[in-house]
Amino acid sequence: MPAPIRLRELIRTIRTARTQAEEREMIQKECAAIRSSFREEDNTYRCRNVAKLLYMHMLGYPAHFGQLECLKLIASQKFTDKRIGYLGAMLLLDERQDVHLLMTNCIKNDLNHSTQYVQGLSLCTLGCMGSSEMCRDLAGEVEKLLKTSNSYLRKKAALCAVHVIRKVPELMEMFLPATKNLLSEKNHGEILHTSVVLLTEMCERSPDMLSHFRKLVPQLVRILKNLIMSGYSPEHDVSGISDPFLQVRILRLLRILGKGDDDSSEAMNDILAQVATNTETSKNVGNAILYETVLTIMDIKSESGLRVLAINILGRFLLNNDKNIRYVALTSLLKTVQTDHNAVQRHRSTIVDCLKDLDVSIKRRAMELSFALVNGNNIRGMMKELLYFLDSCDPDFKADCASGIFLAAEKYAPSKRWHIDTVMRVLTTAGSYVRDDSVPNLIQLITNSVEMHAYTVQRLYKALLDDISQQPLVQVASWCIGEYGDLLVSGQCEEEEPIQVDALEDEVLDVLEGLLVSNLSTPVTRAYSLTAIMKLSTRFSSVNRIKKVVSIYGSSIDVELQQRAVEYNALFKKYDHMSPNIAVITIHATNSTEADMTEFVFQAAVPKTFQLQLLSPSSNVVPALNQGSVTQVIRVLNPQKQQLRMRIKLTYTHKGSPVQDLAEVNNFPPQSWQ
Amino acid sequence: MIKAILIFNNHGKPRLIRFYQYFLNMQLQIKHLCTNKMAEDMQQQIIRETFHLVSKRDDNVCNFLEGGSLIGGSDYKLIYRHYATLYFVFCVDSSESELGILDLIQVFVETLDKCFENVCELDLIFHMDKVHYILQEVVMGGMVLETNMNEIVAQVELQNRMEKSEGGLSGAPARAVSAVKNMNLPEIPRNINIGDINIKVPSLSPF
Repeated sequence: MPAPIRLRELIRTIRTARTQAEEREMIQKECAAIRSSFREEDNTYRCRNVAKLLYMHMLGYPAHFGQLECLKLIASQKFTDKRIGYLGAMLLLDERQDVHLLMTNCIKNDLNHSTQYVQGLSLCTLGCMGSSEMCRDLAGEVEKLLKTSNSYLRKKAALCAVHVIRKVPELMEMFLPATKNLLSEKNHGEILHTSVVLLTEMCERSPDMLSHFRKLVPQLVRILKNLIMSGYSPEHDVSGISDPFLQVRILRLLRILGKGDDDSSEAMNDILAQVATNTETSKNVGNAILYETVLTIMDIKSESGLRVLAINILGRFLLNNDKNIRYVALTSLLKTVQTDHNAVQRHRSTIVDCLKDLDVSIKRRAMELSFALVNGNNIRGMMKELLYFLDSCDPDFKADCASGIFLAAEKYAPSKRWHIDTVMRVLTTAGSYVRDDSVPNLIQLITNSVEMHAYTVQRLYKALLDDISQQPLVQVASWCIGEYGDLLVSGQCEEEEPIQVDALEDEVLDVLEGLLVSNLSTPVTRAYSLTAIMKLSTRFSSVNRIKKVVSIYGSSIDVELQQRAVEYNALFKKYDHMSPNIAVITIHATNSTEADMTEFVFQAAVPKTFQLQLLSPSSNVVPALNQGSVTQVIRVLNPQKQQLRMRIKLTYTHKGSPVQDLAEVNNFPPQSWQ
Repeated sequence: MIKAILIFNNHGKPRLIRFYQYFLNMQLQIKHLCTNKMAEDMQQQIIRETFHLVSKRDDNVCNFLEGGSLIGGSDYKLIYRHYATLYFVFCVDSSESELGILDLIQVFVETLDKCFENVCELDLIFHMDKVHYILQEVVMGGMVLETNMNEIVAQVELQNRMEKSEGGLSGAPARAVSAVKNMNLPEIPRNINIGDINIKVPSLSPF
């Protein structure tokens, strides 16, 4: 059989494939060749074949038949074989395959191999994919290597120990003696780094270990100080800063040790202030250290001056050109806004500016932070920014933003009208993204704002005329029209600038019926509009039309609608005699004389069996020369269907003198009271 | 902890895949009942999704992405850097410093540059195993092992030399190549001065 092709050959061949199918064919062919080669137990070329298999595995092709071959390679004496064999084991195997346990013995031998690189390979493999059983068996070997003077092995052993502890937490105690010298002065950067990682892992897992290692704080502080003070050291430098990775790790460990502990926190106050003020921030590495310092300051029991310093650093980060820095700054501010609210407030305008950033992740954080910073004092300004943001942001944000706005408005609204306006704005700009539960909440809000009913229903009606596609808006609007339809058609409004809405009963019913038939309406919306129509039967006079609509839906396919319609129909039949007969009368007063009639008041009286309700007039000045009119709505309840008679009294001031006029009106058309 | 390291090119073709934790997405596990098939399929799906997320990012947005639904819970983040035709993506959990990982990617790339002498995508394609070995000296078990570039390069070099002394992956034929490489060929003068005329002789490679 010819020698299997080299890895390079295979790669070259595969790259010439022009289609996925062609590539698959080549790979299948090669896999077949590799399989036969494996069957022949060829030792010379096994490493080459496994390398090829790993390449094909990366491209997504099955490579499980190579698992055992990897084990054979690991058992070989050659370094080359072991190297690719261990790599194969790490890429192809994990603890879900029983096969992996066969490695345990090989790894055990290799951990004690004479060549450090073989020991390194086995440590690496164990530390990557060792199962709990393997870790249990081999923990002793790892612990031995943790105490060796060979720094190359020691650092690997430290990380391997971390993995062992993660898999078998009970074994943590075993590594305790070896940790005694981990931070000793003799150790160089590379060992310190992994040692700190190991110590961090142990402290995070066990409160006892945490208290035990608190005594290391002075040592850690000393190491950190040396790093900052030391001059240029080319080996560990990154952009002129000594071993930034180690600095970050130490800061993190200090954070864990200092949290909740006064003494430790005090011991590290100075060094933290030093790092915070002296770190060079022109490159990313400096910022990474600064950022870690800030997080540590915020987490431990630091003095307030230090905390303010930390938040100011974050504020400076927000102005940095580098978007990564802005991102981490916003993330941290979000974490600290609860505990250091006032300090974060000082940076509010910068945070709000970040809402306009191009980056999605930054925008989201800025939004969350903005909501956290809203309070009674800044609500108006903040809401302006947030509404603008709602208009222009991605659809992914709209739901969260809308909910946030509703919450903030509820908590801090300066006036009812402002609240309703804000709600309206949200419904009209992002109506389809509003959460389902906000509809009942909004209805409740509107119900409670009694003086705003007319204003609200008129605005909602107007919005409906423009657009019926946003379901939450439509649902709230339908409900309001059903409830306050009378205020809608009367056209009157308590607000200073009345909305120009001319709504006649028939038009309103047209709109509601339109919702019932529209394809844009969801079943829930249809239910809302049917109920609204029903409610209007007690407020409007066109009861027959309503009865007709309701009866049609008694045979609707939608079960929910059908049920409602049938029940409403029953109501009609049962309480027909009780349905109140309301006549709505609108008076128009005009003045053809040359002088205005001021302080114009219209009063009316009706027989005892009737009930009268006078709504507010549009004004109390009737302009001269028919330049305008005063309208006023009168509602007359006529349960006994008697003939309507009314006595009216007009009082006004004309050319400076008061005038009074009395009259009787008996010629109401019969339809108004029958 | 670093959960995964992915390198792929601008078209989504994988150049290096390393997972430090297999991903327990229950729905996918049920879907692919055969465990062996699942591993490769899941890996490819993760690569595809990651590529999709990362490739549509503008150059002026930040280098952090909240991870795709495939990679796991909300604790995971994708930190990536784009160099010419390659994306280097590290999937990490909240215990890693985001800015620190950005630095780490830089260190890794610079190390590759030192090992391969002006590294380019082709180097990664044809020496996938070597790239893994270099990575192994930087990250072990999902944790940062070594960040000193010179140290990493030295360790990798020593191990490569051990492999070479045994003949390497290519087996016997390679010995011949290395033998020729080690021959001492005399220096050929670059410039031959004949009076006023300067003839430049092209430099010949050793073999």
